[in-house]
Amino acid sequence: MRIGLLILLGLFLLAPLAAGPYLLSLLTVLLTFAYLGQAWNIMMGFAGQLSLGHALYVGLGAYVSAALSIFWGVPPILGVFPAMAAAALVGAAIGLLSFRFAVKGVHFTLLTIAFAEIARILFQHLSILGGTGGLFLPVEVRSGVDLVHLRGDPRMFYYLILTMSVAVFFFCRALLASPLGYRWLALREDPGAAESLGVDLLRVKLAAIALSAALTAAGGVFAAFFYNALFPDQWFGLGYSIEIILAPIIGGLGTLFGPILGALLLSPLGEAISAVTESFGWQTAGIKPFCYGIVLLAIVKFLPDGVWPAIRKRLR
Amino acid sequence: MIADQIVTGLLTGLIYGLMALGLSVIFGVMRIVNFAHGEMAVVAMYGAWAAFRYLGLDPLLSLLPIAAIMFGAGYALQRGLVQPFVSRPDYMQFILLISLALILTNGALLVFGPEARGIGVDYSFDSYEIGPLLIDKVRLLAAVAAVALTALLLAFFRFTLTGKAIRAAADNRIGAQVIGLDVKKLYAVTFGIGTACLGAAGTLMSLLVDVMPRVGPELTLLSFVIVIVGGLGSMAGALAGGVLIGVAEALAGTLLQPSLKSMFSYGLLVLILLLRPQGLLGERN
Repeated sequence: MRIGLLILLGLFLLAPLAAGPYLLSLLTVLLTFAYLGQAWNIMMGFAGQLSLGHALYVGLGAYVSAALSIFWGVPPILGVFPAMAAAALVGAAIGLLSFRFAVKGVHFTLLTIAFAEIARILFQHLSILGGTGGLFLPVEVRSGVDLVHLRGDPRMFYYLILTMSVAVFFFCRALLASPLGYRWLALREDPGAAESLGVDLLRVKLAAIALSAALTAAGGVFAAFFYNALFPDQWFGLGYSIEIILAPIIGGLGTLFGPILGALLLSPLGEAISAVTESFGWQTAGIKPFCYGIVLLAIVKFLPDGVWPAIRKRLR
Repeated sequence: MIADQIVTGLLTGLIYGLMALGLSVIFGVMRIVNFAHGEMAVVAMYGAWAAFRYLGLDPLLSLLPIAAIMFGAGYALQRGLVQPFVSRPDYMQFILLISLALILTNGALLVFGPEARGIGVDYSFDSYEIGPLLIDKVRLLAAVAAVALTALLLAFFRFTLTGKAIRAAADNRIGAQVIGLDVKKLYAVTFGIGTACLGAAGTLMSLLVDVMPRVGPELTLLSFVIVIVGGLGSMAGALAGGVLIGVAEALAGTLLQPSLKSMFSYGLLVLILLLRPQGLLGERN
């Protein structure tokens, strides 16, 4: 398994040598979803708290860092910290509210959706941040590497998100092996039993939400400077929240490799289907999410634990 | 002017109530949150549009056939797909129905395209003048139909044997099995009834708003807000919530910016979730 991971990492490291601009941007998007899925997985896969509003944290990270950069010239390498802090605070506040008022299960999930939707409508009306018209980062064409301002050629973005994905993978692995990780698993499996064993549910839950939100926001900062255009409807929308959760669910909830595998399966599938339908000259709007829906349906129906656990079983 | 808006909101709210009733019935009996609720309603809206466009059928006439077809679809869906998920964890049910929602919304996008399609019946612009009030004719007719169907449904659950059996299965699933009720079948009938509700509501709604794929997720969220506010699983709550949200949206649309009206609904949703999670008319368990 370790060898497989190393080979995969090697392939990713060498990919830009062979990949053209199209493939490189595809891989960048793939890794973005692997990264965001990993961050979401902390909350759902480890701690068992289903959030369907993670677009909120992506959007917050993106808007905070973009606004700091546009209005005060703060480079994203510094802007990422307030962005992560803002998301962690909002996440913790939602967690605190839900804990204080004992909002659980389905109701908790609806609460996460409600807050993301409120943020979406709020940002639509913040005319200083562009409102529905969108917020745009000035695009400069540079060939070099400027990590401080996140300006440079596509390869820089690719290697940055690759680094972030690898880092978050190892971070999650360390988390899972830590006392906090075991408390999360206890919370996920049986909150009552965990509490009776002395697990401080509030702290453990808040840690999961705040960490997951902060890491998601860092992904949002990356995405903001990669795409350069922010629209509340896309960045805070329920559709985006659902897109984030696809890879970890298909790959395997709560597993470290699941989000990566899910993204590796989904993105090429989506691209292949688009390419095929386009070559036939069919109208293709909606074809990708339509196929994602079918894949998701097949996975929950036939492989509810995801693809990775099934493969791991075979390997042993 | 304000009074007109209140009446408009009230009438729209009655249709919302019928739609939310479908969600509430399914949850009340099976404890499953139908995340594809609005998407299914959109299927019915397209059905109503197609019946009008190609057969010249007024949605008020296609109402019952569409509801019947949706009943069959809901029954089959529960039997073929949802049943094994009844006893699985919440999040699995959620994900199953999210996948269905993705398929339906984007399937609609593939088949019909993103453009809005409206139904223009020849009385679309008629209105009644009752005292100082000016009431749209379509809205009034649609609301009357919604009320009639809701009353029929309540009577079904109250007086028929099947309705009583479903309520028994909702109260105590194992007890219902012990006395020999076919719970699986009752669940399928319930899912069918819930789907028929939103089929009827969708058909009525197609008289008032244009059909397009992205209406689906909006209606799903709207139905969630309504049933949570009224009380998840409570039938009276779904109706009260529908009317409340209908009026609130109509007023927020006139007094504030129209685009802020859903902000108001979500704010209400958060407040209810925190302070009274059983909803206004729900019972705490």
